[in-house]
Order: sequence, then C-alpha cells, then structure tokens
Amino acid sequence: MFAPNGSVRAPYARVEKWLESLGSEVIERALRESEARFRRQGITFAVYGDDKASERLIPFDIVPRIFSATEWRRLSAGIEQRVRAMNAFLHDLYHRQEILRAGRIPYDVIVQNEAFVPEMVGVNPVKGIYAHVMGIDIVRVNENEFYVLEDNCRTPSGVSYMLEDREAMMFLFPELFAQQRVAPVENYPAMLRKTLDSVAPSTTKNEPTVVLLTPGIHNSAFFEHAFLADEMGVELCEGDDLFVSDGWLYMRTTQKPRRVDVVYRRIDDAYLDPLAFRPDSNLGVPGIFDVYRAGHVTLVNAPGTGVADDKSIYTYMPEIIRFYTGEKPLLNNVPTWRCSSENDLKYVLEHLAELVVKEVHGSGGYGMLVGPTSSKAEIEQFRAKVMARPTNYIAQPTLALSAVPTFTNSGIAARHVDLRPFVLSGDQIRITPGGLTRVALKEGSLVVNSSQGGGTKDTWVLED
Amino acid sequence: MLGRTASSLYWMSRYVERAENMARLLEVGYRISLMPGAIEGHRDEWRSTLTSAACEQSYTEKHGDIDGAKVIHFLLFDESNSSSVKSCLKTARNNGRGVRTALTRDVWESLNSTWNELAHIQPENITSDRLPEFLEWIKQHAMGFRGALLGTMLRTDNYYFSQLGNFIERADNTARILDVKYFILLPRASDVGSDLDMQQWAQILRSVSAHRAYRWFYKDSRYKPWLVSEFLILKEQMPRSLLFTYNWINLALDGLGELYGNRYACHELARETHRRLKNGDMEEIFQEGLHEFLQEFMAANNRLSQSIATTYNFP
Repeated sequence: MFAPNGSVRAPYARVEKWLESLGSEVIERALRESEARFRRQGITFAVYGDDKASERLIPFDIVPRIFSATEWRRLSAGIEQRVRAMNAFLHDLYHRQEILRAGRIPYDVIVQNEAFVPEMVGVNPVKGIYAHVMGIDIVRVNENEFYVLEDNCRTPSGVSYMLEDREAMMFLFPELFAQQRVAPVENYPAMLRKTLDSVAPSTTKNEPTVVLLTPGIHNSAFFEHAFLADEMGVELCEGDDLFVSDGWLYMRTTQKPRRVDVVYRRIDDAYLDPLAFRPDSNLGVPGIFDVYRAGHVTLVNAPGTGVADDKSIYTYMPEIIRFYTGEKPLLNNVPTWRCSSENDLKYVLEHLAELVVKEVHGSGGYGMLVGPTSSKAEIEQFRAKVMARPTNYIAQPTLALSAVPTFTNSGIAARHVDLRPFVLSGDQIRITPGGLTRVALKEGSLVVNSSQGGGTKDTWVLED
Repeated sequence: MLGRTASSLYWMSRYVERAENMARLLEVGYRISLMPGAIEGHRDEWRSTLTSAACEQSYTEKHGDIDGAKVIHFLLFDESNSSSVKSCLKTARNNGRGVRTALTRDVWESLNSTWNELAHIQPENITSDRLPEFLEWIKQHAMGFRGALLGTMLRTDNYYFSQLGNFIERADNTARILDVKYFILLPRASDVGSDLDMQQWAQILRSVSAHRAYRWFYKDSRYKPWLVSEFLILKEQMPRSLLFTYNWINLALDGLGELYGNRYACHELARETHRRLKNGDMEEIFQEGLHEFLQEFMAANNRLSQSIATTYNFP
C-alpha cells in the first residue's frame, strides 16, 4: 500500500481514509458477520489428516488489496502472453516436440516427468487448447516488478473464494463500492461456461451438455465444485454418475441416459479413468479416456497438462515464452536454482539460511523450507533431505513480497500477500480483473497457503 | 436430473423427518419416565421407545441393559447408531451438501446451520432437565427446514423427490408407532379402560403430536383405541396419518409422471396403497387384525421406496 518514500500509493488513497475512519467496534462486528456468513453458507475447505476440524473457514480479511487500471493492464498482458506460450508448449510436447529438438529443454526433463502422459501424444484437443483453466501465482516485489511464483494448470482452485470475498465486501461495506468503480468479478462463472461451450467437440449437436466432475463431498475443494456447477447451471457429477457406452459418454439421469459433451473435471489425471491410468481409482469413469481420444468428449483441462506447471519446467518458462511467441517475457520468473545441477546445488547448500527451498513436485506449502524463518536444526534437517535427493528440489531467493494492511489481533498491520489471477482459454483468453489475494496472517510469514494458516482478501482492480 | 441427485434429495428429507420423529418419541419416553411409579408399566417405556425407533437390537448389542440416560444418549448422539438424531442430521446434511446445486439457498442454510449448531452442543450438557429444551430445538429446526423447502423450492423434480422421502419416512414412522404401542404393549383385558390404558393411548397420540388434535376432531376427551387408530390411519385431515402421507406421495408421483411424461410400476404401487386407505374401514381392519394390517402396510411402503429407487436410477 505504501510507496518506498512512505506515502500512500494512489490506488489506496480512498481506502486509506476509510480505514482510518473505522472504529475497532465496526471492524470487529464486520469480522463476526463475515465469519457467520461463510459458516452458514458452508464456504469451507477440508484439511486432510485433521479429523476434528475437517471443515474449516479460510480467514477473510476485510481490507481489500487494490490495483490501478494501468497496473492491471500491464499485469494481464504478461499473463496472457504466458498462457498462450503454455498452451503452445503443451501442444508441441505432445506432437513434434520442436522445443526439445531445438535443444532448449533437455529431453530428460520431459521424458522422466511423471506428469507427462504418453497416451496424449498425437491427440488433438479442440482448438489446440490444453490448459483451459489456469491460476498463476504472482508476487509483487516493488512498485513495478512482478514475479511469477508458480503456474497452476492442473485443477487450480480458489476462484469461489474470490467471488465470495467480493460478495462479503459488498455486503459489509456497500459504501466503499459507491465511492469508486471496482471492476466486477461476478461474471467469472458465465465466462467459464462460455469457455467450456466453445471447446465442445465438433460432434456436438445443439447446445453442448457440460458437467463438472468432482471427487465428492470429502474433497477439500468440494464447496467450490458445487458453487461453480450451480452458478454455471450444469450438473455436478461424481464418477458413478457417468458411464461410457458405444464410444460415447453419458450421465445417469432420472430419465433416459443423456450424452455429455464437455467435462470440467476437478479430479487429477491419475484418477480420471481406471482403464487408462490408476486401476484402483474409483473416482473416475472407466473408458472416458478412449471417448476423449476419439474426439467424442472434451476434457477440461486436458490430461497431461501437469507437465507444464511442474517446478522443474518452471525454470525454463522464460525460454518457452521466447520460443513460442518470439517475444520478450513480460512477467519475470523468480530466479531459481535447480539442485539437480551441481553448481546450483553447491550454491544452495551454502546459502540455505537465505533461500526458500521447495520440492519439485510438491504443492500447498507442504515440504518446503523458508530459510530466514527457520531454526538451525530445521535447516540442517532439510540439508540432509536435499543432499539425499538433489533432483527433488529447487531453491529461490527469499523475496521482499509486497505487504498490505491487514486486520490482526493487534490492529491493522502489514502482512505479506500473493495473487492468483484466473485465466480461461477457449475461443479467446479471458482474465478476471483481480483474482484471489492470499495473505500470510502470521507476522513476517511468507507462506500464504490456506493449509498453512493463510487467509484471503478481496482484490480490486479500479476502473479509470 | 442425475439419479444421484434424486436419491440425495430423497434421503436428505427422509433423514430430517426421521430426526424429528426421534425427538417426538423421546419426548414421550421422557414424559412417562417422570410419572410417579404407581403407574405400572412405565419402566418399560424406554424399551418401548427403542422398539418404536427400531433401535432396540442395536442398543442391546451395545449396552445390554436398558438405562434411561444411555437410551437417551444412544438415540440422540451416538454416531454408531445410524438413526440417532446426530447421525440423521449428519446424513441429511451430507446428502444436501452433495446436491447443493439442486437446493435453494434457504433450504441449504437451514440444513447447514442446524448441523453447525449441533456440532457445538456437548452431549454431557444435555442433562435430563435440559432434555425437553433440546428436543424442542430439534423439532424447531426440522420444521424450519421443511418450511424453507415448502416456501422456496420450485415445484419440479427436485421438490417431488424430497417430498417422497419426507412422506415415505413419516408413513413408516406412524405405522410403526401404532404397531409397537398397540400390539406389543397391548394392555391386559382387565386394564382396558383403566388409567394405564388411557396413558398408553395418550402416548401414541403425543408421539405424533396429535393428542389435542384428537380432542378437537372427535370432540371427546376420552381416548378410544378404535378412534385413535382411525385417526392415525384413515383420517386425511390428520397430517401424520397414513392416508394423509399417501395423498402427498401420490401428488409427488403424479408431478413426476407429468413432468417426465411417463408413469411406472411405482405409480401403481402408490395408487394401490392409497386406494386401500381411502376405502378403508376401521371395523374390517380390526377384524383382520390391526397388527397384520400395519405390517402389510409397512412392507408395501418399503416396496414403494425400492421401486422409486429403481425407476429413477438411484445409485
């Protein structure tokens, strides 16, 4: 919120005044109301391995995070460039593999990657799109510099929190929205539906039948699955509700079976089809992958997209963008050391106390080391892990993440944030203005994941 | 609509109805347990409550002897008992959660807030003096759910499937209470017309919240077995009677038939039961045996439930 010289940055001017005018009573009442609201609506996420609190609220912070229109235009141009490159890269990987032939990425990185799905080679998804729904995690390190922390192109979640956070803010502080023009986010479900419709197979007659495939009510993101299905007006299916017959996909209804054209699946590749992937999966639909390959159904995202958001691929992203777009990357990557390389490993082991070290295939903030906030013992423990399996780790500098005002037990204080904008690719690329801002609620913490005690904020893009 | 959605709506409503009925049964058990010991037979009340709730066997397996506090806990909070109020509300909510897209916000929030509040109630705090208040809480929430459903759901298949679950459960419940209380606890011939006898009949009526309605309806403050049975079986003015529930079951099935343009065996099954009730005659029923009649009714009601599940592709 503040510029380096200590002045309030322009987009925050109004909100800063508003914050000053709020009494602690008003804030506490707002927090109570918003919590009751989330609880009543069942906007919860499940924490695995935690039986008692198996449904938790993600803490919601009432101070919005704000971008000016200019800032957002610059950011979204970078996002769009990245997403185009990503889809071109995936198409290439599963076809001619030009980028590997050109020697820009080593073969091993792809071939030995568990997320690479050989069965996808030669398959032609509708419009050549693999990653229809992406979430890109971005951090800001100073006024004009953004870094991409991570690309999520498997089944990114969090969009329902973006929408509910906005709803909550409009409910609690309508006057704020009257004072300035905040770009709306509530048409995300409609945009998602348009995107899904636009990639229906050519065999589709009339209006495409779209379903959302969920692992079920015990999944951590189930609330979001139900929410999106409802908002889009499509059926929310579990694997059992779908079946394959004569090369087509159908759903079991209270009447005749109904053919399905597009599946927005929120289950991982491995569980999608017990006949093609993990045979022990009871979440998926036997035979669905064959239907997909025959071009009779569209899977969103396509199987095998995970290879593009792997942390080992991440380090090649600037190269990937240049290769497929012929342009200079508009968004920076965080400088990254690959522990698989000897020189990098040496540097990492010497600087563990300053670095953030992550597992290549990990997610959710599990299994990582944040050097500056870790004890000596923790660092030494991690050193042993890295030395035992160097290829499993990458390291990045600890970034001076931007901090924004956040309501804490000791009043309003600065906390670190990141941003996950949601990007849809179909007949065109659609980016919701804003996204999900995650905030590390612990003082000084840089870990924003909800599974690690992070919260969320409403994210505003101001209109000119 | 997905077959699973239909099934979830059906079971969601069925379990809320079951939770409410459980509260009513406990209310009766509790009242009787407070009565002076002079009235012979009241000690069997908890056993009779368990039997009416179809939980006697599972209780005995777990606890052996009948003990008031244990029975109450078993029927309210024991999650190993699939018919305890807690299990019912949990199952109802899980079913509702799975088909949120098919519910209005009001229906979902009613279900969800009930569950959230229940999660904060400590079983050890529900001591016998606070039991009535808690049973009231259960009934209020079940009725709030039903009110939200009636007041906000579109009259389409969503609504019809939840109605079916609701009324098939209620039919089963009324029939079972009547059967258990009348047949199992049949007073000795010498007791007929005695205070004890009157108490038993009052109990039956109370457990379906009908003791006052009875007096209004028959303009008689004396409970007569004949009339009580008639009231709970054949009187369509009485919202927990068998005929009443079948009127509503038929309405829901007709709604589905019209919406989908098809009628099936389940429609015929429901019509058949409805016809028997509509043309029913208390004298004949008593002559053939009330117990036999009720047993047959419950079997037919169960067949209907299964037929609906098969017809509409419940998973």
